[in-house]
Formats: sequence, C-alpha cells, structure tokens
Amino acid sequence: MNLSDWWQMVLFLALLLVAAVPLGWWCHRLLDGRLTLPGERHLLRLAGIDPAQGCGWQRYAGAVVLFNACGFAVLLGLLMLQGVLPGNPQGLPGLSWHLAFNTAVSFTTNTNWQSYGGESTMSYLSQALGLTVQNFLSAATGIAVMAAVARGFARQGTTDLGNPWVDLTRIVVGLLLPLSAVFAVVLVWQGVPQTWGAYPLAHPLAGGEQTIAVGPAAAQIAIKQLGTNGGAFFNANSAHPFENPTPLTNLLQCLAILAIPAGLCLAWGRLVADRRHGRALLWAMTGLLVAGLLAAWWSETRPVAGLAAIGADPVNLEGKEVRFGIGPSVTWLVATTAASNGSVNAMHASMQPLTTLVGLAFMQIGEVVFGGVGCGIYGMLLYVLVTVFVAGLMVGRTPELLGKRIEAREMKLTAVALLAPSAVILLGTWLAISCESGRGSIANPGASGFSEVLYALSSAAGNNGSAMAGLNANTPFWNLLLACSMLVGRFAVLVPVLALAGGLAAKPRQETNAGTLPTHGPLFIGLLATVVVLVGALTFLPALVLGPVAAHGALP
Amino acid sequence: MPILRPCLILFAVLTLLTGVLYPLLITGVAQAAFPDQANGSLLRDGERIVGSRLIGQAGGDPGLFWPRPSAVKWDAAGSGGANLAPVTDPQRTTWADQAKALRASGAAGTLPADLVTASGSGLDPHLSPAALRAQVPRVAAARGLPAARLAALIAAHTQGPQLGLLGATRVNVLELNRDLATMTSGGR
Amino acid sequence: MTARHHVDRARVLRESLRRLSPLAHLRNPVMAVTWLGAAFTSLLWLAALAGQGGEPPAFVGQIALWLWFTVWFAGLAEAVAEGRGRAHAEHLRAARSTLTAERIGELRADAPAETVDAGALAPGDLVLVRAGGVIPADGEAVAGLASVDESAVTGESAPVIRGAGGDRSAVTGGTRVLSDHLIIRVTAAPGEGFIDRMIALVEGASRQKTPNEVALTILLAAMTLVLLLAVVTILPFAACVGGRMGGTGTVGLATLVALLVCLIPTTIGGLLPAIGIAGIDRLHRANVIARSGRAVEAAGDVGVLLLDKTGTITLGNRQAAAFIPAPGVGERELAEAAQLASLADDTPEGRSIVVLAKERFDLRCEAPAGAVVVPFTATARMSGLDAGARRLRKGATVAVAAWLTDQGSGLPAAVIAAAEEAARAGATPLVVAEGGRALGIVVLKDIIKGGIRERFAELRRMGITTVMITGDNPQTAAAIAAEAGVDDFRAQVTPEDKLRIIREFQAGGRLVAMAGDGTNDAPALAQADVAVAMHAGTQAAKEAGNLVDLDSNPTKLIEIVRIGKQLLMTRGALTTFSLTNDVAKYFVIIPAALAGVLPALGGFNPLGLQSPHSAILAAVIVNALLIPLLIPLAMRGVAWRPAPAGTVLAHNLLVYGVGGLIAPFPLIWGVDRFIASCGLA
Repeated sequence: MNLSDWWQMVLFLALLLVAAVPLGWWCHRLLDGRLTLPGERHLLRLAGIDPAQGCGWQRYAGAVVLFNACGFAVLLGLLMLQGVLPGNPQGLPGLSWHLAFNTAVSFTTNTNWQSYGGESTMSYLSQALGLTVQNFLSAATGIAVMAAVARGFARQGTTDLGNPWVDLTRIVVGLLLPLSAVFAVVLVWQGVPQTWGAYPLAHPLAGGEQTIAVGPAAAQIAIKQLGTNGGAFFNANSAHPFENPTPLTNLLQCLAILAIPAGLCLAWGRLVADRRHGRALLWAMTGLLVAGLLAAWWSETRPVAGLAAIGADPVNLEGKEVRFGIGPSVTWLVATTAASNGSVNAMHASMQPLTTLVGLAFMQIGEVVFGGVGCGIYGMLLYVLVTVFVAGLMVGRTPELLGKRIEAREMKLTAVALLAPSAVILLGTWLAISCESGRGSIANPGASGFSEVLYALSSAAGNNGSAMAGLNANTPFWNLLLACSMLVGRFAVLVPVLALAGGLAAKPRQETNAGTLPTHGPLFIGLLATVVVLVGALTFLPALVLGPVAAHGALP
Repeated sequence: MPILRPCLILFAVLTLLTGVLYPLLITGVAQAAFPDQANGSLLRDGERIVGSRLIGQAGGDPGLFWPRPSAVKWDAAGSGGANLAPVTDPQRTTWADQAKALRASGAAGTLPADLVTASGSGLDPHLSPAALRAQVPRVAAARGLPAARLAALIAAHTQGPQLGLLGATRVNVLELNRDLATMTSGGR
Repeated sequence: MTARHHVDRARVLRESLRRLSPLAHLRNPVMAVTWLGAAFTSLLWLAALAGQGGEPPAFVGQIALWLWFTVWFAGLAEAVAEGRGRAHAEHLRAARSTLTAERIGELRADAPAETVDAGALAPGDLVLVRAGGVIPADGEAVAGLASVDESAVTGESAPVIRGAGGDRSAVTGGTRVLSDHLIIRVTAAPGEGFIDRMIALVEGASRQKTPNEVALTILLAAMTLVLLLAVVTILPFAACVGGRMGGTGTVGLATLVALLVCLIPTTIGGLLPAIGIAGIDRLHRANVIARSGRAVEAAGDVGVLLLDKTGTITLGNRQAAAFIPAPGVGERELAEAAQLASLADDTPEGRSIVVLAKERFDLRCEAPAGAVVVPFTATARMSGLDAGARRLRKGATVAVAAWLTDQGSGLPAAVIAAAEEAARAGATPLVVAEGGRALGIVVLKDIIKGGIRERFAELRRMGITTVMITGDNPQTAAAIAAEAGVDDFRAQVTPEDKLRIIREFQAGGRLVAMAGDGTNDAPALAQADVAVAMHAGTQAAKEAGNLVDLDSNPTKLIEIVRIGKQLLMTRGALTTFSLTNDVAKYFVIIPAALAGVLPALGGFNPLGLQSPHSAILAAVIVNALLIPLLIPLAMRGVAWRPAPAGTVLAHNLLVYGVGGLIAPFPLIWGVDRFIASCGLA
C-alpha cells in the first residue's frame, strides 16, 4: 500500500537470508557428529545410549515414532486431567476426549492446529509441561529426521543413518533451548507476559469489568515460532497484543518462523557435502516465498467493495491489528503458511479470497517453501527427486541426486510421500462437505465456506495449523478428521522419506561431472520452483477454483 | 540397540528441561528484569487495575475515544476476530451497522477503515490518528473541550513506526483516554 | 542393419486393434485409466441416447469416440515400433529356416556323417559344414579354415575368415560357409542360439521393462492417481459450492472424464513402450545387438570409456610414415627399393609402403616379369622380392642385420641409430636392404583415426572420460594419447590388467564402458557396466558382454553411448511435454466445465473458443492426436548433440517444456474452429 510496506518486506527478507548463514553453520556442527555438548555424555549414559552407535532406517523411524507416541500419551493425559492437576489458577476443566486427542496429535505432529482458545481452555501446567514440551520435541523430530536423510545421501555402502537419541538431544539442548531462552526474554521486554499468577481483574474507564488473561506466555511463544509450531498461548494467536505486542516483536517472530528452516537449507547443503545444492534450495524457496508475497500483497491491497459501499476507506483492516497494518500482516500470512508454522497475526478468514489462495497453495504443495523445521527440507527433497528424475532423463542419464541413482524404489517412496497428504486434503474435504456433522461447522456462506473446509484440511495435512477460524472445529467429527489428517500428513511423509534415505545410504555415490545434471544454479532453481508450482497446480487447481477463486468471482 | 529405555529416559529428561526448568528460568529472568511487562503491563489507579496498556477496552462513553469494533466484545479472557470473509453478506452487514452507528455519533466524511473493521484479536489497543480525529467532534461535544486541544492530545500520543520503520503510525486508546480523563477533570 | 526391412502394415494395424483390449494395458496405468474412461463414456453415451444425464448424446458420443482413438493411437505407436523389429526378425528367421546338419562322430573331415535336423543338435555335437553349406547352430570351429558369409547376421557382405583356434573360432548358426570346410563343436542348444536370441530381442518377446522405465511408470502412475483424485473430487466440490451459491453445481460426467484423460500423461503413457522398442531398434540399425534393455540405458550413464588403442584410436595397423636412407643412399632410391620389396606384400603395412612411395616420389613400380616373391616367414621375419639379380628384403632390424651378415656385410651404425630412434618415439622401423647393402629404414607409425580427436572432445563435453589402453611402453602411449586427445592412458597393460582398471574406476563411483573381443577380455567385459563384445571375437567375449557389435568396430562405443542417452532423453522430453501440456488443458476445460457452477468463470474464454462443448471436445481431440503426431519423434529419438548436461537440459526444457506449455493453445484453437465450422459441437 505504501513505501513502508515495501521496506519492511525487503528488510524481512534481508534479515532472513543473513540469519540463515550462522544458523546453517551451527546446525551442521550440531548434526555432523563432531561436536559434543557439555553434559551430553552424562545424559546419554544415564539413558543407556551409546552415541557412537547408529541404526538403520527402520530403527530410526521406530525410535522417532515411539518418542512421539510417548509425547502424545503424556500430553493426552495432561489435557484430560488438567482440572485435577496443579498449575491451574483459573480452575479450567479437563478437555473433552476428542479435543484432547486432536490437540495431542496436533502438538506431537508439529501442526499445532487448535480447536480451542488457549486462554479459556488450557491450564498453565498444560501450556508449559504439555504444549511447550511438544513444541520442542516435535520440532527436534523434524530436524533429526532431516539429518538422518542427509546421511543417506552423504554415506555409502552402509545402512547407518545415525543415532536418533543423540540427534534429538543435541537439537533440543544445543539449538532450540538456547535460542528460545534468549528470544523469550526479548519478548518479555517488549511486553509478552511471563507469570504464573491468576488472570487479573481490571476496571475499564468506560465501566464494567475486564478479566485479563495472562500466563507464562513468553517461554512458549519463543519456541512456538522457532520450532515452526505456531500453537498460540492465547486464542487470537499472534494477533493478540500479549502474544505479539509491538511491530518489533512482529518482525522478530516472523523471522523466527523462517530462520531455522532457512538455516537448515544451508546445513543440508553442508551435510550432503554439496553446499551449492543447499544454497539452491534456499534460493528456490526464497523465490517462491517472494512470489507468494507479491501475489498476496497485490490481492490484499485491492479495495474492498463492501467498505467502499458504506463510505469507508476500502482498506481491508478487518481481522488485522492497527499496529501492524497490511504489509506485515500479509508478510506473516505468507511466512506462516510457507513454513508450516500456522500462527497468525491477522485473521485469515477475513483476508481477501485470493490472499487466502496464496496461503492455501503454500500448504497444499506440502509445506516445502521453508516448511516446518527439518520437514520442509525433506518435503522439498521429494520435489527435488521428481525434478531430478524428469530432468535427469532429459539429459540422457539415469537420474541421480547428489551422486545417488534414483530408481524405482526411490520413485515409489516419493510417490507415496507426495500423494498421501494430497489425497487426505481432497478426500477429507469431500468427506467433510458430504456429511451434516462436517457442514454444520462452516461459518461463512457461499464459496468462502467451502474455502474454510479446504483450508482446514490443507492446514492439517500440511501440518501447518493455521485456520480460517470461522470454522467451528471443536466437534467430535472435526477433531477426529483433522487429527487423522495430521497423522497422515506427518508420518506418511516422514516414514517413506526415512526409508528412502535408508536405501540411498547403501548405494554408492557416483562421481559428478559435466554429464551430470547440475543440482544448483539458476536453471535448476527455476526448474525446481516450476515443478513445485506445477505439481501443486495440477492437483489442487479445481479445488482452488471452486474455493477462493469462486469467492473472488463473487466480488462485484 | 535397545529402544524403550532410551526413549523413556530421554523423554523424561527433555520434558523436565523444556517443560519445567525452561519456563521457570524464563519466569525468573522476566520477573527480575521486566516485572511490569511480565505481569501484563497493567495500568493502575492506586491499587485498582484500570486495564493493561496492551489490551484494548470497550468504548460506549461518548466522552471517551472509542476503540475499534471487537468481535468478542473486549473479552480479554477470550480473544478473537469475526472471521467472516470480506466478500460475504454477513460481513458487509456488520460493517454497514458499524458505519451507521458512527454516522449517528457524528462521524463525517470517509470513515477510517480501522474504525469500521474489527481487529483479529478483538483486543486491539490502538487506532490510527485518523480514526481518532474522526471522533473529535463527538468527544469535544461531550466533554465541552475545544477540538484543537483534543487534536493536540492525539498528536502527543501518536507513536510513529517502531525504530522509524516497523509497523503503522498509531495511538494507544487507553492511554489517550486516561490522559483525556485527567485533563478534562482538571479543566472542569 | 543398414538394410531397411519391409514392415507389414496390415499386421501393424491388426496388432494395434488387438491392443484395444483392456488386457493390453494392464502394465500401463495411464492407458488403463484411459481405457476405463473410454468405456465409461461409451456407457454414458448409451445413457444419453436414452435421455439420461445432462449432456447431449452427440457430445458424449464424440468424447467416447475420441477416447477410444486415444487408446488405439497408443496401441498403434507400440505396434509400429514392434512392426519394425518384427520385419528385422523375419529377415533373421529366414536365415535359420529348416536347416539340416551333417553330424559326425569324430574330429575328421572324412568321418562318417549322418544328416540330422538342426533342431536335434545338442551342445557338444560335432558337425561338418562344407563350402556352400549353412552352419546349423552356434559353435566353435575345432578344425578347418574357411571363409564365411555372415551377412545374414551382420548385414556385411564381405566374407570373414573363421577357423580353429585363436580369437576367430566362434561361428554363428545361420551363416554360410563359402569356401573350404569347417568342423564345428555345437555350443548352443536349439532355440538358444545367437540368432534365436536376436529374434526374441527384436520382436520384443523377451522385452522386460528396464529399471528406469519401471521408475518412470511409477511416477506416471502417481501422477495419474493424483489427477484422478483432483478430477473426481470436482463432482462433490462443485455440488457443494454450487449449492452454497444458490445454483445446482452439476458438472457433466463426460466432461469430467474428458478432463481426466486430457490431464493424465497420455502422451508419454501412450508412447512409452514405443520409445523403448524404438531405442533398441536404433541400436540394431547401428548393427549392435543389446542382450538387455538395461545395457542400453546404462550406456547413457557411462562415465569412463576404456578404449583399446589398436583398432579404436589408431587404425588397426601401423603405416609407413617416412623413409630414412642410409648414408650415401638417396631417399628416392630407398623408396623405390622399399616399394618393390612390398609389391607382393598384401598386409596393410606393406600396402602402406607402396602408397607412401607413390605419394612422395610418384613411384609406380611394377614387379619385373619373373620376379620371385619371398614371403614373410616366422623364422626369417623378412619378406621381399627376388627379381633377376636384384634381391630386395625388408624386415625387422635384427632379421635384416642377420641376413646382411650372412652375405658378408653388416648394418651401418647410422641405420641402427635411426632404427633405435624411431623405436623410442613409438614407431616401428623396417630395414630395407638390397643385396648386401642396407639402404635405410622405413618408419611405420600408428595412424590416429580420422575425426577421433573431435569425437573425444564431444565426449569430454558430455562428461565422459576417455582412457586409452595399450600394451605399448609409456613413452609411446603418451605420444599417441596426446595426438588422439584422450583424457588419460594406461600403458603396458595386459588383458588381465583391464579388470583391475575397471574396478578402480568403478570404486570411484563411475560407470565404465569397454569393448573387447578376445577370450582374455572376458573377465573385464563381465566387470564393465557397458561391455561391447565384437561379433568377430570369441564366444567367451560375446557371452561376457552385454552388447554385441556385429560390425566388430570398437569405435561403435561412442555411437552406443549416444543411442543410450537419446533413449532416456526421449522419455524425459515427452514426460515434460505431457506434464506442461496440462496447463493449457486446465486453462481450456476448467472454465468450460464449471461454467454451469460459476457463471463468472464461463466468461473466462481468452482463446475465444466457440462453446464449452467445442472447447472440451477440441482439447480431447488434440490430446488424442498428439500421440500419432509424436510417433515419429518417439521412433527417431529427440535431437541429440554433445554438450554438458546443463546446456542439454536448457535446450530440451525450452523445446519440450515451454513448447509443451504453448503448443496446445493454437492446436486447440484450430480444432475448435474446425469442429464449430463442421457443426460437430
């Protein structure tokens, strides 16, 4: 809308790319096994883990799934029993079974879909000991799996993908905890509460009473953004003035959403011993992000007819905060849907239809433009494999990526991992609109209502967690449907990708030369971005036309 | 390689670290270094809590500046937005109703968008200077104050973009209203 | 096969129609879905005729018709490709038909023989083949020496020599003995001989999907499944949105099937089998028999070419390059003597001396009447001519020196020095002497094949390293390597070393190709990723290789690499084309299909197509016609040039990616006009 919007977007992108460099370096140091954190040995010895001992993909996947299952079980128990547990000054009751199930799945799969409003549902104990813990552990899971997959490319003639326990520990202790601690303190400085006291009662100037929800928010919000979790402390998420009090916290949180995924591109490049490839991924993702940003910004700055008609300034500030304005709100929308974060600083349901289309598209392509920490990289890897396969044929060689030949087994697993989330989105949407328990939750009329449903399924299957929040998702039907979608979106990608890496680790690494398809450089970057857009468009164009495009067409 | 024991022990240790030690550590640092912010940036008149600097309050008193519409009626323990698509009839109706109320209260000319639209949180503590200026005639009439003094008050409360670049130019309505209240009581 | 064989068009047509059966597409998910779509639309047509469904019968019927055409075109492509191979196979089969054999009990040409059917021969049997007879089975010559016409197999009309022992003992069933006789020990059971295998290969009977083809099929199946989901869900989605917007939201079923078939990659799906068959067929045309499709693909991946110096990089034999006269002898005198001494020498070296003398001094000596040729013998190691008083000899330094010593003279020191100097430079000196006098030396040098340097440069651009292998000393090897422009060389290599060298390269993560003919090449051939055995070579070599070059030309490796790359490139290019095509088809069909649900979308018609039905029909027709239009490309393979992968990719993306994006628009527009003008929709 104005020059300030542009400067803020440019500043954001510049800071993101700058932040990626040291983060990439550090993540690589953590994951390549040469560094031992202080106290790590004691911790591992306590758990009976030999850090030098790696394992094959089946065991790695088993360990990760079991670890997440533990988290799920504990969280489920905490949520259902919070009414009788301490750390609950507001005396909030335990959650219903289906909401607890949905929430437990949601936080263990790094989705952080919330069918509830935080301040009116969650006790402090649930927020800290349940949700915050899963924010760390689900993020660490994604990064650990990425590291294991990288080893599949880097190693040859082995089945060893590394030690999952060592990976998880190092990521939590060496990366996520220190960054979160620093970030949390910065957030408190800017106004985010961090207290265990009860909600204070205020007496507003205009009379009446106002109960002001507070809580140990800063600690949770820091990891919520850094771990691409997105699950908010308060219902309004990052639009809430306590969750995101100033334009500075807005910029820092927006950066925190994308910084580790961006850094992991470079870490990936180092881990697979092809730094140019890592940079190519970063540029491809940045290019798609910028394209989305421009499209969303263009759409959101269109005059709103409904406002113009009543003699108001036709700027779409509905669902947006005055302190941010259009530019930062759109930037956040793009960042949060591109990374599978899912926090919002403005209500997506109130955005212009084509703006929501941008968000939908980022989620539907599988959260690969930066994506969730770790899973963005291995999600993008699937598209890289498809790109390399077709392009590799076109240069007259059996396709190979980073020296590993891409054959039938790799294509099979790639197909499963790409297909599963797409199938869940389309079939889940079908199911939801076909039955009364699904349709009953829709808030908006017309095509916008359909968009809500499509958005919910896309968000769940993409492990994003953002919503067009008109949809009342706290019903048994929706809680179960979305929980299942989240599980498929997480594990039907994670497990095949690990299997893929397990097979690749055994293969010899071919030498690359002038006859090898270059997996870096502008041509590859452009091709990869095109494949991502093309595959996404082929799969979801009809649905998008019937959702946001139709809603847009309803504009006079 | 055994799997269950490492899993359980590691899970327990990491839970302790991230779910207990980490939040307590942050609380300790926050309460020590930024007690005001850590407890909700509360504004008090003596012992009585007026509100939070960061949380908007309901309007209604014609002698005070009104905030934006709130989809949750300024329930600070239940934040949220309207979540209606801007192309739908329910949303248009809501906007039209709000515009009618503003016109009835004397707002003239093009209505600033933030005065018509609800915020995402329902607790937006800010308004644009234009949205406040649109209310000056009403407040001036109710308070019996010259419009110029109100304009000056608004100008004094106007915050530019943070660090000169970030965010929008805005005014904290609660802080403005508190000063408005003291100023007029002194003048009467 | 350079000769083009007659393709049986009627049979091709029959075969293509046979493929309208659903069973023909079980292994091809794209065409299987197309078949189901065609069948379903046909039922819809019947329903429409009965007044069911919202779409006019004429429209549904035409969609059904064109979907059947799509299925048929795919079958046609495969049948055409197979037709070519079959024509080749018929030719081969003619060579093998109704053979009889003279089986003998012991290894003597005059042993008692019984005439048996060739099919009754078992490995180990001995058969006698006389001049004019056809060799009944693959085997090894154990006695005799004969010229054999192998044109039935190789297409090469010049006869070859086959005889017991050495590297020229393997004979192929179906070839004809022209002179003398051979006694052959049968090595292949009936029906498993070389020609049988060739027939099976070219007919595609033993054709299995190659690993790469399997991987591509999986990708295409996944795409098909995704698009199936995308299209099927349009039905409930449109009903939902249409209903919420106060309309009906019905989308025609025939329209949806049309959209589905247009979107799934029918172009590559229909042409995929044909591309594979055509690739192998191109190899046959280059006179190379692939023992598996896998070998052809591997040829595209080769990173290192191991090339024998002799026969591959240099002409098989050394050639005269210079005359160095002894002191007091004129160069012309030496040249004349050398030419005379070589007149009767039919070896390539001998002929090259005659040619050099003619070129340098325009000498055209003729052997004087009554001249006696002194042939080369292993003991004397000299050859020459006795013409009256003149006694001319040429030969190795030591041999001629001995001959001169016998006659009381010797080799001058200057000649010895010149000979040693030439040997050091990698050349072979021949001393020429007349009577008791040494006249000087003829220097024989390796001659690099014409154009080979350029071909190596091409290979380098494609990222392929060429490594020359030679038994020469390192100095000689270095000189030749530099002249030929190979990337690397290994000198003083014994055949046994080749295996080690191949393993070294493979350990470095590279695919190695080599050519070989001798029995001692067999281990290396077995180890190499792409191993081209010379047809003229031994049976062991042919068994160890995965490709057999019927021309026995080691330079063919380069050609094989090209064909392998072209095969993969054609698949990749048509896959890209198929996928980018979808953009245009969505663009045309979605507005037409959803016009009933979203009236605003119905107005979106930038191509100015006549009506929703004509637009959909046009897209289906274009989609179907692309298959036959691209059959020639599938047969021929995409244009190929040696360049780095990045350049090749950019070029192919531009042609097949961007081309695929744009091409359907004008085609659909044109077909739409045509349909409208004919009143078809």
